[in-house]
Amino acid sequence: MAYIDGIEVDAVLSRRGFLGAAGVLVVSWALPLPAAGAAASAGAASFPLTIAPGMLDSWLAVLPDGSVIASVGKIEAGMGIGTSFAQIIADELDVPFDKVQVRMGDTATTVDQRGTGSSNGIISAGPILRKAGAEARHALIGMAALRLGAPAGQLVASDGVVSVIGEPERRVSYGELIGGKRFEIQLSGKVESKPPAQFKLVGKPVPRIDIPAKVTGAYPYLVDHKVPGMLHGRVIRPPEAGAHLLSVAPGQKFPGLVKIVTEGDFVGVVCCREEQAIACARDLRLSWSRPPAMFSASYDALYEKLRSSAPKASKRELNEGDVDAAMAGAAKVVEARYDYPFQSHACMAPACALADVKADGATVWMGGQKPYGLRKAIAGLLGQQAERVRVVWMAGPGSYGMNDADDAAIDAALLSHAVGQPVRLQYSRADGIAWDPKGPPVTTRMRGALDGAGKVLAYDLEARGYSGRIRPSGTDSPGDALSVQLMGGANANSTDLFQYSEENYRFSNKRKTSHLVAWEHSLPTGLRTAHLRDPDGMAMCFASECFIDEMAHAAARDPVEFRLAHLVEGRDYSVVAAAAQKAGWQARTTPAGKRAGVVRGRGIAYAPRSGTMVALVAEVEVNMDSGKMRVTRFVVAHDCGFVVNPMSLAGTIEANLIQAMSRAMYEQVEFTPTRVTSVDWTSYPIVEMADIPDRIDIEIVNNRPDARSLGAGEPSTRPVAAAISNALFDATGVRIRRVPFTAAALRAAFSAA
Amino acid sequence: MSAAIKLTVNGKSQQVAAAADTPLLYVLRNDIGASGPRFGCGLAQCGACTVQVDGAPVRSCVTPVAAVGGKHIITLVGLAATAPAGAALHPVQQAFIDEQATQCGYCINGWIMTSAALLKQNPHATDAELREGLAGLKCRCGSHMSILRAVKRAARQLAQV
Repeated sequence: MAYIDGIEVDAVLSRRGFLGAAGVLVVSWALPLPAAGAAASAGAASFPLTIAPGMLDSWLAVLPDGSVIASVGKIEAGMGIGTSFAQIIADELDVPFDKVQVRMGDTATTVDQRGTGSSNGIISAGPILRKAGAEARHALIGMAALRLGAPAGQLVASDGVVSVIGEPERRVSYGELIGGKRFEIQLSGKVESKPPAQFKLVGKPVPRIDIPAKVTGAYPYLVDHKVPGMLHGRVIRPPEAGAHLLSVAPGQKFPGLVKIVTEGDFVGVVCCREEQAIACARDLRLSWSRPPAMFSASYDALYEKLRSSAPKASKRELNEGDVDAAMAGAAKVVEARYDYPFQSHACMAPACALADVKADGATVWMGGQKPYGLRKAIAGLLGQQAERVRVVWMAGPGSYGMNDADDAAIDAALLSHAVGQPVRLQYSRADGIAWDPKGPPVTTRMRGALDGAGKVLAYDLEARGYSGRIRPSGTDSPGDALSVQLMGGANANSTDLFQYSEENYRFSNKRKTSHLVAWEHSLPTGLRTAHLRDPDGMAMCFASECFIDEMAHAAARDPVEFRLAHLVEGRDYSVVAAAAQKAGWQARTTPAGKRAGVVRGRGIAYAPRSGTMVALVAEVEVNMDSGKMRVTRFVVAHDCGFVVNPMSLAGTIEANLIQAMSRAMYEQVEFTPTRVTSVDWTSYPIVEMADIPDRIDIEIVNNRPDARSLGAGEPSTRPVAAAISNALFDATGVRIRRVPFTAAALRAAFSAA
Repeated sequence: MSAAIKLTVNGKSQQVAAAADTPLLYVLRNDIGASGPRFGCGLAQCGACTVQVDGAPVRSCVTPVAAVGGKHIITLVGLAATAPAGAALHPVQQAFIDEQATQCGYCINGWIMTSAALLKQNPHATDAELREGLAGLKCRCGSHMSILRAVKRAARQLAQV
């Protein structure tokens, strides 16, 4: 049996044959369970409420054949972190790399590490896996000492075998020592993990363990999962935001229809075959009320509303020096406003989930990032104890925060509960793009002051937008989910997420203020706001780093030189210098005045994010008549400390840059006053092969074994919109202060300038 | 109204009972168990559902199953068998591994099946022809750089054969 990302791949053997008695689930929960699919029968099974993080068995198990199963409370969102985890374990435990399997995101068998988010996979799971590996190796050597009759100091572990130094024939394998049994020891925290000099795999460019199965079609995605007796479900969302379901036309017949489920404004259908459910959802005749308009008439109107509405909450994150006095006395004052729209996760496929709800328990297979919280929500939804509910993460399309995956899990559970059979549900493309939670819009006023020598005296940021946690970043209670909101009467755990830039410039007068406008009423709609990759990060960096560029220009200083002059020598300074150097940056100020025709330019932006530092140079080519632009080259300097896998890091950085470029160039969720009109790839375009740069050059900075390993993905996204806008200014002489940089928007900006 | 429909999938004859207008995608995935093509949009806008029908890349999400009776359908798991003799994987698949050309991998079926068909038809495709031939395919994660490197690598490989 082979596992990839914790899921059994070899489906030749009968899954039922692995099930065993319910007792297996309770007693041996720390041992590799049969494939999640096999253990589908939630029946009378009970799952641990918590997997004790202090026990070694919660993290590692060794099988009789010497395979090692690492259990981690994270998920694989698509960037290859499972491979990095395997490298860490293989090195620490001294086992062959291909003997390590990583199991993730199953609430019955993995520690609740809050799932995936904040680009913190390596930060939060790396150290504990290293500790567990060291502890296990120490325990195994201790067992071998007894077995071989030699002191531990005379033993060496290598490739899953412990032997006496100098007497290799006196040996015993890990599988022989413990295979299939539990360690039953606590993590003491006293066993030293290996120094970097002994790393064999960590730090090396190890190819990802999941890619071969992905290119042959063997990789088990959530959408491929089947359970016996499963039916197919689809949902029908209201035609307008806030519309109420009035009636379902009676007597409607559809091939294979099992049930129509309605409650409040929630509508779902269950059919025998998938295409039947799709046709039924498409053709079902319903009647809805006409609600009052909830959304603005246009983006201009939206930004104006954000600027003029009395906020429901305001916060001042920072107030250093005296910004107002500095502005009053300054030689030069600069002011500009930047706008950033709603954006969609628009995942490669709309979300899927499979739920098997029984009277006394439930198992739900889902693709979201936060299975542990979702378990509580599903238990609450079904009126069951959490011990009866198992949530099993399986790989979906790439996940970029709080997307539609948890909503699909809740919907599958609702429908399975209604029909008493397992239900597989997948959203339509429109359910995905129009109805997924959105990254929030923000309009930011930047003001700054310069002295006569071109030095910054003051920096003042004031943002107005919606909280990106109206729809919470996990699903811990039923009310956090869309359908439960549609059903009516539930509370969501909404919180205020204030919007600020993150930077380390040394300005003596600095102030950052965030105003949040009320948006809770959006919860049952497609414009409810939630975490989208680097929440608010790219939007606020767009405002801040474009403004830094505007101040540099007002001071008649080169953008790189200007930034370096205001950053203290250190990691921020180093990434900016490294990116500029790698890009062959020629210092100059952009000549004043608008240009014409096909023009080229370059721009820089820098951003820290939770300790990681990124500086990005973008080179662009623009046709000022058509408004079409292309990034021809990216140069990025990236400091995330010690790199576990430089090969997968490069892939992660490239993909983040391209996705962020797509958001900067193309993406804004379109709407009318009553509905979201971005429903597919033509109404929500994203980059294609024709858009991609000719090259991306990556400079990894500060990759030293003693530098703490930090997050990589979201930091790479953050400076992209600003770098492109700054390059557009350099190329055209026109400032673009609103995302996205569509051809129509650029043409309008060039005409207006 | 479902009918008995005969298909040849990955060299094997299959008989399924489905309505004639059922999109091929669901018949392949649910009746035959060929899970390589996936649902991305159902609108032929993304390519996730791509299969080869008589050698040409086809969006199975909008192709009625009745339209492919009597034709040879290849899905991702059957691609390796079409590789030049002796190779365990099709050169395009091997190139995607060598270039680590996936993030989540959900879309990769579309890119692999399309570029394999493209290179079979035009083994000496130029870079510009490759980019053009891959128009319309989506990769939301943003793996385009490594995907293009992989397709070019496979093209070089196949040009030598």
